[in-house]
Amino acid sequence: MAEFQLRLRRFDPESGEAAHWEQHTVDLEEHHSVLEGILQTKARVDGSIGIRCSCRAAICGSCGVRINGEPGLACNTHLDHAREAAIAAGTDGVIVVEPMGNMPVIKDLIVDMDAVHWKKIQRVTPWLINREPVPEREYIVERESMVDVTQTMACIQCGACVSDCLSMEVDPGFIGPAALAKAYRFVGDPRDDQHFERLDDLADDPQGIYDCTHCFKCVQACPKEVNPMGQIMRLRRLAGSDHEITDPNNGRRHEEAFTSLIRGYGLLHEAELLPRSYGGDSWFGKFHPAAGKELLASLPVVIKGLLRGKVNPKTAAFGHKLPKPALDSVRAIFDKVEGKSHSKRAERYELNLYVTGYDEDEHHASEPSTTTPEQGSDK
Amino acid sequence: MPAHDVLILGAGLAGQRAALAAAQEGANVAVMSKVHPVRSHSVAAAGGINAAIDPSDDWRSHAYDTVKGSDYLGDQDAIEVMCSEAPAEVMHLEHIGVTFHRNERGELDLRAFGGASMNRTAYVADITGQAILHVLYEQLLKHGKQVDRYEEWFVTDLVRDDAGCCCGAIARDVRTGRVEAFTAKNVILACGGAGQVYHPTTNGLIVTGDGIALAYRLGAPLMDMEMVQYHPTTLVENGLLITEGARGEGAILLNSDGERFMERYAPNKRELASRDVVSRAEQTEILEGRGVGPSKDGIYLDITQVPRKRILEALREIVNVGRDFAGVDITTEPIMIRPGQHYIMGGVKTDIHGATPIEGLYAAGEVACVSVHGGNRLGANSLLDTLIFGRRAGVHAAKRAAAMPMPSVAHSHVLDQEAMISAILARPAGAGRRISEIKAELGETMNKHVAVYRDEDGLSTALQTVKRLREEAKTAHIDDRGTVFNQDVLGAIELSYMLDCAEATVVGALERKESRGAQFRTDYPDRNDEEWIKHIELTISDDGPDVSYSDVTVTQWQPEVRTY
Repeated sequence: MAEFQLRLRRFDPESGEAAHWEQHTVDLEEHHSVLEGILQTKARVDGSIGIRCSCRAAICGSCGVRINGEPGLACNTHLDHAREAAIAAGTDGVIVVEPMGNMPVIKDLIVDMDAVHWKKIQRVTPWLINREPVPEREYIVERESMVDVTQTMACIQCGACVSDCLSMEVDPGFIGPAALAKAYRFVGDPRDDQHFERLDDLADDPQGIYDCTHCFKCVQACPKEVNPMGQIMRLRRLAGSDHEITDPNNGRRHEEAFTSLIRGYGLLHEAELLPRSYGGDSWFGKFHPAAGKELLASLPVVIKGLLRGKVNPKTAAFGHKLPKPALDSVRAIFDKVEGKSHSKRAERYELNLYVTGYDEDEHHASEPSTTTPEQGSDK
Repeated sequence: MPAHDVLILGAGLAGQRAALAAAQEGANVAVMSKVHPVRSHSVAAAGGINAAIDPSDDWRSHAYDTVKGSDYLGDQDAIEVMCSEAPAEVMHLEHIGVTFHRNERGELDLRAFGGASMNRTAYVADITGQAILHVLYEQLLKHGKQVDRYEEWFVTDLVRDDAGCCCGAIARDVRTGRVEAFTAKNVILACGGAGQVYHPTTNGLIVTGDGIALAYRLGAPLMDMEMVQYHPTTLVENGLLITEGARGEGAILLNSDGERFMERYAPNKRELASRDVVSRAEQTEILEGRGVGPSKDGIYLDITQVPRKRILEALREIVNVGRDFAGVDITTEPIMIRPGQHYIMGGVKTDIHGATPIEGLYAAGEVACVSVHGGNRLGANSLLDTLIFGRRAGVHAAKRAAAMPMPSVAHSHVLDQEAMISAILARPAGAGRRISEIKAELGETMNKHVAVYRDEDGLSTALQTVKRLREEAKTAHIDDRGTVFNQDVLGAIELSYMLDCAEATVVGALERKESRGAQFRTDYPDRNDEEWIKHIELTISDDGPDVSYSDVTVTQWQPEVRTY
């Protein structure tokens, strides 16, 4: 047995008082969970502490909270790990537990998931639209396809990714990581009849797949290795490359400009990115009227950047290219990820843990390889 | 006052399936649950769902395995219904989007499971319950116009009209504390089991026997409550479940001598004998000193011979459970397990349409006792039970609703429940024991005396304890006096539900003076077919449960000696 300090965020909507912190000492084994710590306090000291919980095994998704500022499940976060993280965060080892972000707090650690999370799940038409004809028995589909969608099926709707989604913080209307991962569950399902329509809808929506900023927060937050951002990227790839959906948000063109610049230079060429995103993915893009308009609009930002020394005028204007060997390595990554054929999905190197991930991790441990996000999320 | 043709209490697999079925029959349906539907404990069902869908299989074989698994206490007419309708139900699930794993030909893959004479368990990795639950919820969203959802409402009482028919429920909105009456032509209980009566248990904290107690208090008979399943593989550390799918994929059990001891107890099926047999074997090994671990109270489950890639694909969840809750990488080392409370075969007595003897009241899933599981449930038959009888109850209730006017619930019922809650809130601070203490003592008592092996002395001790705890529960201490998410008040009510269930289980176990299925009486170690192929029914009275008996329905399978 060991003692742990828990600092809980308390909020009683009926008291008329603001939220406050409350500290408790719990007496548990080191590998016991933060949830067990909270439940011990609730059982012995104060039954009014509010937290949703049920299964204790990271499958019901009830106990999403922030622990030491990071979103996750209270039930599968060990007390000793949480204390280490707390020490690293400079709190003298006091484990800080507070409700998830981006959602209104109802009481203590309980948030209103309806207003944000569930509403967005509804947004993605979250049910299978059957490919016709519906067979008498099961649909005959590729073995791997079902293993593949199992990764998004494994989402327990805990809200941890929603809690810390940076895009959602800036744009509360963003459909968000959980709902878009749910969308992939249908787009990746060969039994669904509306792949194009779903992708077109999500690409068309200014708060859809191109509203994600690639920050990886959701990948880190997910306790079930669903890899929401990875699913969003797969939706983009399916929309842009496979279905050739050009969206009004310029998402596809921006992405193409981005990747072709990286392929060409090995590094991002900022001055070229914006004109190419709007004017077309070539050096001539900047002469397109749409590009001119965007360039003008972003002039104040560019000038500010120059004045504050955030942008070097020379490299901004002419770009900077990696030396040949390094550039070849970057291009090798492109070849591996995209496969030799750019259009055939089956040959593509998909970053799905259920299909590839772990075993490769084991067998190629010594080789430098493209690290999948999932491999880094093993807490 | 909300009024519905069919009001379903509980939104796990049985509840959601019932809702969809009733909606498809054209009924005005509502689903009410004390948690968000996807938090329901069906989500934890791991291994899969049984159905004779392989062309070389036959539902009669499935039915026979189920009858044998039940130790001949299951009603064979109900078992025939369940097994014969299973293939169509699984295909239905497949069509609405469940991502069942496939074989190399792209057809549903089937894995081995305990007590089954061939591979007939369809699965989604080891998150089958979660996958089906989430897909059913997708369907509820799709049919949002026909199905009202009351999420996070806690039911405190069922109501009968003057004719004795069930006509609605009284519930408290967890978020606001508001108490409201819900009128309904039919109520379907789909509130799950009562695992929290035990400690440890694989069941979630929400599994507190609410539906069983509500029905019992309304006057419905409970049946076979003594039949409590101990799952053979639960973590020694904290009682969490390790799916039977592990053994289905090839994991073996080892004692402290490194012996694969199931070869002695079940020479043919070994680890894949039915659960009561495996749990008893493990418990015997532990009692005879061949347990593993520091307290010698565990058994090794060794899955390392299954290829790592297969484990990661098909048993991913227990890899996580091993890592997060036992600090063990199950792909490289054995994990310590032991038998632990998992399921109750008993429940509210129903017929094959899910109807209880109270008109207008239905039950489906673990809350119910049809009985398809008898003395022991086969793995992967519980999901099937929830879906088949959830659907049947939904259809039957919807049809009944079509032929009757909407009843009414007197407002006095709301006042009664408000008074009941006010009385809890008004309990003087510090007067009684804490709810958590009473619950802990209950769980430990049940796990000690009403477990794999039972006897008269232990059961009598348990009954005395339960009766004392019931008195203590009446004055249990409350900290929270608020209305918003007052989990303390709900905890107090749940405790009373659990105590009702516990009493019924102990009384049933005392009554059944033989050993059958999950009930093993060391003082009556033999199965007694002459006297005990019958159900024990318990009905509420002022002096505790009234005991009566009913016949087991036998259609085509006579009792045989049960070996695996």
